[in-house]
Amino acid sequence: MKKKAYNSGTGMLTALRKGSLWVWLSALIWGLGNLVKRQFVKGMLFLAAEAGVVLFTVQSGLYNLDKLTTLGIVAQQKVWNDEKSIFEYVDGDRSLNILLYGIITLAIVVFGLLLLRASVKSAYSAEQSWKKHGRAPTFEQDIKALLDERLQFSLLSLPILGVIAFILLPLIFMSSMAFTNYSVLDSKLVLFDWVGLKNFARTLSMNGSLGSTFWSVLGWTLVWALAATFSNYILGMLLALFINWKEIRLKKFWRFTFVLTVAVPHFVTLLIMRQMLQPNGAINVLLQNMGWIKEPLPFFTDTMWARITVILINIWVGVPYTLLQTTGILQSIPQELYESARVDGANPFVTFFKITLPYMLFVTTPYLITSFTGNINNFNVIYLTSTGMPRAVGSTAGDTDLLITWLYKLTIDNQYYDVGAVIGIMTFVTLSIASLLTFRFSGSYRNEEGFR
Amino acid sequence: MSRQIKAKKSAWQKKPLHKRIGIILAHAVLALFAFLWLIPIFWVILTSFRATKGSYSSTFIPTAFSLDNYIKLFTDFSVFNFPQMLLNTLIVAAATCVLSTFFVISVAYTLSRLRFKSRKPLMNVAMIINLFPGFMSMIANYYIFKMLGWTNGPLLRLAMIAVYSGGAGLGYHIAKGFFDTIPIALDEAAMLDGCTKWNVLKKIIMPLSKPIIVFTLLNSFAGPFKDFMLAKILCGPNKDYFTVAVGMYQMLEREYIDQWFCSFAAAAVIISIPVASLFLTTQKYYSIGFSGSVKG
Repeated sequence: MKKKAYNSGTGMLTALRKGSLWVWLSALIWGLGNLVKRQFVKGMLFLAAEAGVVLFTVQSGLYNLDKLTTLGIVAQQKVWNDEKSIFEYVDGDRSLNILLYGIITLAIVVFGLLLLRASVKSAYSAEQSWKKHGRAPTFEQDIKALLDERLQFSLLSLPILGVIAFILLPLIFMSSMAFTNYSVLDSKLVLFDWVGLKNFARTLSMNGSLGSTFWSVLGWTLVWALAATFSNYILGMLLALFINWKEIRLKKFWRFTFVLTVAVPHFVTLLIMRQMLQPNGAINVLLQNMGWIKEPLPFFTDTMWARITVILINIWVGVPYTLLQTTGILQSIPQELYESARVDGANPFVTFFKITLPYMLFVTTPYLITSFTGNINNFNVIYLTSTGMPRAVGSTAGDTDLLITWLYKLTIDNQYYDVGAVIGIMTFVTLSIASLLTFRFSGSYRNEEGFR
Repeated sequence: MSRQIKAKKSAWQKKPLHKRIGIILAHAVLALFAFLWLIPIFWVILTSFRATKGSYSSTFIPTAFSLDNYIKLFTDFSVFNFPQMLLNTLIVAAATCVLSTFFVISVAYTLSRLRFKSRKPLMNVAMIINLFPGFMSMIANYYIFKMLGWTNGPLLRLAMIAVYSGGAGLGYHIAKGFFDTIPIALDEAAMLDGCTKWNVLKKIIMPLSKPIIVFTLLNSFAGPFKDFMLAKILCGPNKDYFTVAVGMYQMLEREYIDQWFCSFAAAAVIISIPVASLFLTTQKYYSIGFSGSVKG
């Protein structure tokens, strides 16, 4: 399977180099190459697609693209209406709509170019098969191929369309705001302009209030992600080992007890935690009634307390999950390794650090990366418990805010979309650097098919 | 039977005293941890039956119990219509689970078992997209739907379904891991016998893949019950279309919390039971590299 060459046709450049004039003309009139080789249905479909794309481009595409360069210049105006003797508002340009339509137009242009490529390739392959067999495959045969050698095309097109429409285009839309001044600042909410890299400069500069907030939030995000990932990983593994210990009775019962806590939806348990840890919440009440403390503990009101509290909450949420995921692997570690270690007189600590941990790290590196990514983007644990508090006066971010919760506050609560988009992109950059570094040190990505 | 017990007993008695104490201590520690982990769950169950109103209680364990909090959820629609929320979530969840399971299984199968030129590039693109905070596209989606006028009225449900299932194809990893474990020799043998790739998928792989399909179905069904962020952004103040998560979050807002806190706990118990049982039935798939359908 591995060595078999892929039967995926030739590239567009080869097609143009080796093809006849019809192939060249197919770039201009899509489907022409198919039509002359008697593939009428296919050719007509290409032609219809071209008509659609051209019609759209002429009717609104060019206009949208032209508008996109300025993002609109006409502001909303008050015009005196003599007949009714009132001021009437005349709609100006709406930059957000212009931006969206512009991006959709660009997407359609890209789609058109892909169709052009497909048309050229299809003309060339029709020509080749004409040369070889004296005829091109019929439409019926093409459809059949969609269920056989081109099955991937049938299976992937809908999911990919979904991802493009609901993930990729929105991402581009949002990211492009980073290069504008779309913000409540200077009331740029209706009409805004391209500003280039200014927002990035403002966010990344060490001085200035925005820059200093960014670096401190980024710092805490990294500390949080590392602490949350490794505390869960190591504690979860220790717990799994502990339950796996041969002297422990009722193993299933213990596992069930811990797993039960993750089975309850997270937002429920997190909201309950927040309620329990309030100054007059259940935990403080309990401790006060027992006479252990006089003043309520400042779980979410003191910076240091709040940071430790969210990490502890995350341990509560995450450890059973790690337990669930690692139990199976722990049981699959070859027992001979442990036996020979025992013969050599190794104590439990040595066995853990020399056998268990390396083995686990080898198997679970991809999992560690996903969990690190998940923790950098861990919106729920922060937003539903500490809500990012405590917050210094005048700052948009609190001391436990991660980049992601700060992004939420900037955009949804405060309408600083430009800065919000910058933060989103910076989160992406942080994650990319982190995962690239980890991938370099792990072989599991390259050895995807190693066991086959 | 009795001999076994005797054998066990003697094994226990054979152990030196300090080891026996150690084992008992270990169980005690485990019990303590289990207790710590279960406190919030106990507390919410106790609170859901608490007879006294208000978000705070002067005792950890309530002094009086009643069923009023549950009854209120299903009879008092003045502020929150809990049955409506359940229905909304159910509709969205049902549509989402069918669509996203189709997407996930298609993508996972294709990337795992078919070989074509753009396979690696597609996987890399998916990885890069996954590195962006999912939140960014969510906010953008909200503005797009707002422009389209989908954030009001029944179309809101469509918007939610679209956003929940649209990007589902990106989360193909667990299912791909499953398909990777089915020996490729099965496909090759079938294709030698003249099977088309579609028939390989339909007649050979799918019957072997029931566990992963069930897992994906259940998992994506539970999604809308667990998600809070997306539904909150999309719904805004549209109370008629609240999902359970958004509604329950609202119960804890300052103006409602005093009246609704105990009912919040009751709602938490009600929705945790189905979600938890779904989770417990599918939990074996969460272990990394779980064994595939065919050994070998």
